[in-house]
Amino acid sequence: MTSGIVVTDKLTKRYGEHTAVDAVSLTVRAGEVYGFLGPNGAGKTTTLRMLTGLVRPTSGSATLFGRSPGNSAVAARTGVLIEGPGFFPYLSGRDNLRVLSRYRRLPDDAAEAALHRVGLRERGHDRFRTYSLGMKQRLGVAAALLGEPDLLILDEPTNGLDPAGMAEMRELIVELAHSGHSVLLSSHMLSEVQEICDRVGVISRGELIAQSTVAELRGDTSLLVRADPRERAAAVLAELLGHDVVDTVGDALTLAVSPDLAPKVARVLVDAGIDVHELARRERSLEDVFFDLTSDVTAGDHTSNDARRVS
Amino acid sequence: MNAVIASTRAELLRLRKWPSMWVLLAAWIVLNLVFVYLFNYITFATGGTTDMASSAPPDVLLAQMLPSAVPQVFTQGMAMFGGALMLILGALTIGSGYGWGTWKTVFTQGPPRSAALTGTLLALLIVVIGLVLTVAAVDLGVASVIAVVESESASLPAADAMLKALASGVLILGMWTAAGVLVGALARGPALSVGLGLVWVLVVENLLRGVAAVLDPVSVVTDFLPGTAAGSLAGSLAGSLRDFGGDTTPGVLNILDGGTSVVLLAGYVAASALGTVWLVRRRDVN
Repeated sequence: MTSGIVVTDKLTKRYGEHTAVDAVSLTVRAGEVYGFLGPNGAGKTTTLRMLTGLVRPTSGSATLFGRSPGNSAVAARTGVLIEGPGFFPYLSGRDNLRVLSRYRRLPDDAAEAALHRVGLRERGHDRFRTYSLGMKQRLGVAAALLGEPDLLILDEPTNGLDPAGMAEMRELIVELAHSGHSVLLSSHMLSEVQEICDRVGVISRGELIAQSTVAELRGDTSLLVRADPRERAAAVLAELLGHDVVDTVGDALTLAVSPDLAPKVARVLVDAGIDVHELARRERSLEDVFFDLTSDVTAGDHTSNDARRVS
Repeated sequence: MNAVIASTRAELLRLRKWPSMWVLLAAWIVLNLVFVYLFNYITFATGGTTDMASSAPPDVLLAQMLPSAVPQVFTQGMAMFGGALMLILGALTIGSGYGWGTWKTVFTQGPPRSAALTGTLLALLIVVIGLVLTVAAVDLGVASVIAVVESESASLPAADAMLKALASGVLILGMWTAAGVLVGALARGPALSVGLGLVWVLVVENLLRGVAAVLDPVSVVTDFLPGTAAGSLAGSLAGSLRDFGGDTTPGVLNILDGGTSVVLLAGYVAASALGTVWLVRRRDVN
């Protein structure tokens, strides 16, 4: 098993009576893209702030590369974009990166390389205050890339980007992961996370309610059957496949079996004189999983998530 | 140490390109020229008097505007408007970083918070030294022109007197700048910190001195306020100006002697710098 480069143990942050992050234990492994998901106000950004040393935990611990967050050696190996980019508005994008390069003890040409990487070289001489939201976001990612850090912590990096910009950012993150960088990515774009992340953690009301690979979270694929009469179809299929794999969802049946069994299912139903209107492979998207896991937050019921808690 | 040097270089780069800083420094130089030379010269040329030197006869006014008097008049404006302007600079330098979110960005780039803030303070010290040298050069230049125009001696002041004035200027303006930095860190924003700082410099200290005039025990406190120390140091340099027969400017005091003022000002600089580092290190950055 690959070792964790980001490890938190019961990381907790309280503001008075309010617990923003509650005993979160997560692990980001070297070389992986880790998606950190959660509804607004779930505690994602507070967790990331603790990982970057901006906010001190109330209790619990976090280590990056085996050291405490905020340590200079850790910061030198970590690139960070937290909750929107913060830059000097009167400086150009290039000068902002030059200032940060100096703080990071890098040569000035590091700024040029970072600008080039996010496609801002042509507008690098313009003042930051004249940038669009998307350009500001790109500059934030460029700042995170200064010094080619081993770990990138990106909080909503595609915020404000147009579809083309989002696609470019996705490609950039994948490219970074392929070139050996580890990425801890917080995002609302679930399709994007599903596409580029190796593992995800889902946080809700400050608690980490799931942590797994994307495939494991989405679960096995299944078959969806619409047949008439439905009750008879259910009986036939239960006899063929077992009662525990057949479930009724609305006017359809779901079969928790491999989609490879589709021809056999069709044959059996037709042989039994049952009309088959639809037989389809059913796959849960990460979005489905996310809403299943977090839906009780809006409903005010928190008990069912505890049963699904991974860590 | 390397982190402090790196932070200082970074801060100097961004300060150098910050229009607000240049506006404040330019305002300082212009106000200095207006109050130290322009009004006095108009008064001298027209034979009238100004509030700045209400009882000074024309020959004394002229003596104050010659190059040899620069060490004496050079620090007068620092006790009047210079301190307020430098406090604004210090408060904006730190406070704006919270408004723009740049501290968040800087603190995630690697330097320890103490190194980043020390770099900021050192960069501001360099700005203050540059300002003091510039003002001295401008004053010497203007005084030399006046000397030539009025056919007076254009001999330069004694080096030791000039060095003493320069060091005093750096200490006075450095103290107000450091105080502004502390207020900026306390308020975590530009507007509140500038407002609070100005209220203190322009209102509270003067009010307290007014109270001390009728309530003697209060003077124990007011005698050691930052403004008192700065005004007293400027006043100690203006001592020889009084020998010329001239009055001193508002804010220039003779409550403390020069040595005590220097010690007190140095203490305020150290307390402001350490207080800022302590505050920023222990607080979360949101």
